[in-house]
Amino acid sequence: MNFNNITSKILFFRLLSKRFSTKIPAAPVVTLENRQSPKLKVDSNTIALLERLSLVKCNNIEGVEVLEDSISFADKILHINTDNVEPLYSVLENENLSLRFDKVTQGNCQTDILKNATVTEDDYFVAPPGNIPLHEVNDNECNQSLKENEN
Amino acid sequence: MKYIGVTNQLKKCTKVINIKRDHSTATNKNLQSVVGLEVHAQLNTKSKLFSGAQNTFGGLVNNCVSLFDAAIPGTLPVLNRKCVELGILTALALSCKVNEVSSFDRKHYFYADLPAGYQITQQRAPLAIDGVINFQVFTPGVHKKPYNKSSKIKQIQLEQDSGKSLHDSDLKRSLVDLNRAGAPLIELVFEPDLEDGEEAAALVKELVLIVQRLGACTGRMEEGALRVDANVSLRRYGEPLSTRTEIKNIGSIRGVAAAIRHEIERQRSLLEYGGKIINETRSWDAVNKVTVAMRDKEVVQDYRYMPEPNLPPLRVNLRTREETQDVLSVPLIKDRIPELPEDSRRKLIEQFSLRPEVAIQLVNEPVLLHYFLELTNQNTRNPTKVANLLLNDLLTVLNKRKVDVEDCVITIRQIRELTDMLLNKQINLEICRKVLDELLDSANDTSPLDIITKKGWSIVTDEEEIIKHCTEVIENNPKLVKQYKEGKVKVFKALLGILAKNTSNKVDMSIAAAKMEEMLKK
Repeated sequence: MNFNNITSKILFFRLLSKRFSTKIPAAPVVTLENRQSPKLKVDSNTIALLERLSLVKCNNIEGVEVLEDSISFADKILHINTDNVEPLYSVLENENLSLRFDKVTQGNCQTDILKNATVTEDDYFVAPPGNIPLHEVNDNECNQSLKENEN
Repeated sequence: MKYIGVTNQLKKCTKVINIKRDHSTATNKNLQSVVGLEVHAQLNTKSKLFSGAQNTFGGLVNNCVSLFDAAIPGTLPVLNRKCVELGILTALALSCKVNEVSSFDRKHYFYADLPAGYQITQQRAPLAIDGVINFQVFTPGVHKKPYNKSSKIKQIQLEQDSGKSLHDSDLKRSLVDLNRAGAPLIELVFEPDLEDGEEAAALVKELVLIVQRLGACTGRMEEGALRVDANVSLRRYGEPLSTRTEIKNIGSIRGVAAAIRHEIERQRSLLEYGGKIINETRSWDAVNKVTVAMRDKEVVQDYRYMPEPNLPPLRVNLRTREETQDVLSVPLIKDRIPELPEDSRRKLIEQFSLRPEVAIQLVNEPVLLHYFLELTNQNTRNPTKVANLLLNDLLTVLNKRKVDVEDCVITIRQIRELTDMLLNKQINLEICRKVLDELLDSANDTSPLDIITKKGWSIVTDEEEIIKHCTEVIENNPKLVKQYKEGKVKVFKALLGILAKNTSNKVDMSIAAAKMEEMLKK
């Protein structure tokens, strides 16, 4: 009885799928790879820029190949016609951004925040020097050479 | 032969120099300075823009930080409703058009005090666009008369603040405090509508007054609650904008005026000697009064803006007064706009017949304006005299002691009593100033009258006593009296001067003058 019931259900759905057309193709269709783009080459200047922006070094042959492969992989969608199609930034586009009341509900957890830092000092994170005025840099170099002379 | 050759060369040199000079003076006159501002104002909220950590100044280091602010993986932003409200309130006060839908973007740069590697800001669709700020330019000592100026606002956007770095130059490292990371900011982008530092300073002052009235921002520039970036360039009149430099993070109103003035001068002299302006970021050194080049964050400025995938669009209701938890009503916010500085100035000029420069100075100091309104609300005191007392005498006493007007401890009751005594001629101006000085030291709400009695400063109006003093002066200065009796009326003033000195300014001079004249005529 049970078995019969299940097979009849499957039959029913097969019939349904024949009667109503669906946009999902029944068998795999190759659409993305119908254009063979030439193998992409990235010049050394672009690599230097990308390295600076991403803080990731890929300047050996293998690294560059991975990068070029990644670009070729992504390029496959370039032939798709997107004229007059508004870009979709988020699938929640039609939702309203939810807002929170102005209340203090987090923080006060200094130990947790500093827990993962390798180097701290007086509860500060310690980082390499960043964006500082040029003259300060020069001053430092002057001071350093002064100090060296003193030694 | 050699000698001639040298002189010829010298001649050539002088010629070249001359040509250069002519050229430079010509360019100098034809160059117009163009200034545009970008202002970051910290919003006055309890919690941060996207996290529930406390938004405060001067907390325990790295304590007002949530996991989201430290960019711990797996945390997500949730927008603070109050920030949207304050942003819209400010936008409306500056006649901006509020966008029905706005959205958030990521702006990337690598910096130790930006843990996520990007800042959430609004680039494609900001909270509001197309506003204007109207203000008066009047710096006593620079301008003889105030003039109107206005600057268009390109956009107002919500964004996160970064953490704070302390640069330890000896050990070549930065110390990072994330308490400010994720604090709510509005950035106001102004069009390059200004011409010099004084106009820029006046704009910033007006903006500070507006955000303070709205309660959107404390406006305390010394705490970094309001920071100014200035774009400065020079161009020939009528020509398109030329290469600009950007002065970052100017932290005071006078700093804005000085930094821009110096940058304009620097560019002018650079062009004069045939130099070229390069597009760079400079910082203002308030101690040495120079702008200095900064090492750029990245050689190629590529912020790689991208839509923030974790935040759906922000929608507001522009039409009706209905609102929900997630959709704020703009008309409801508009109802809450208080009287703005511009209206206050107009009111002072129309209602109290004050001169424009007096009205500007009063409105620029909210504490003094409060005193003024309290002193004049019963229509019993002369507004011009009250304003003069506040702007000349009280301000002088405060400046002398280097006390900020906002920290003035004098109460309304005290200033009312003192003003009445002055206006009723119970005391003179000099004593009034002394009392003001005393009031700043004295305990809470001490009566000015008590101080005057205690110090023996009260004015003598008793005729008998005045006559006594006059007799003394006449007896001790027979020479002057003789001159006066011979027709030299001028010496009368000298006699009064001696009287004032003898009595340490404590007699009522109008009575004294009358008595003295009477006695001399005898």
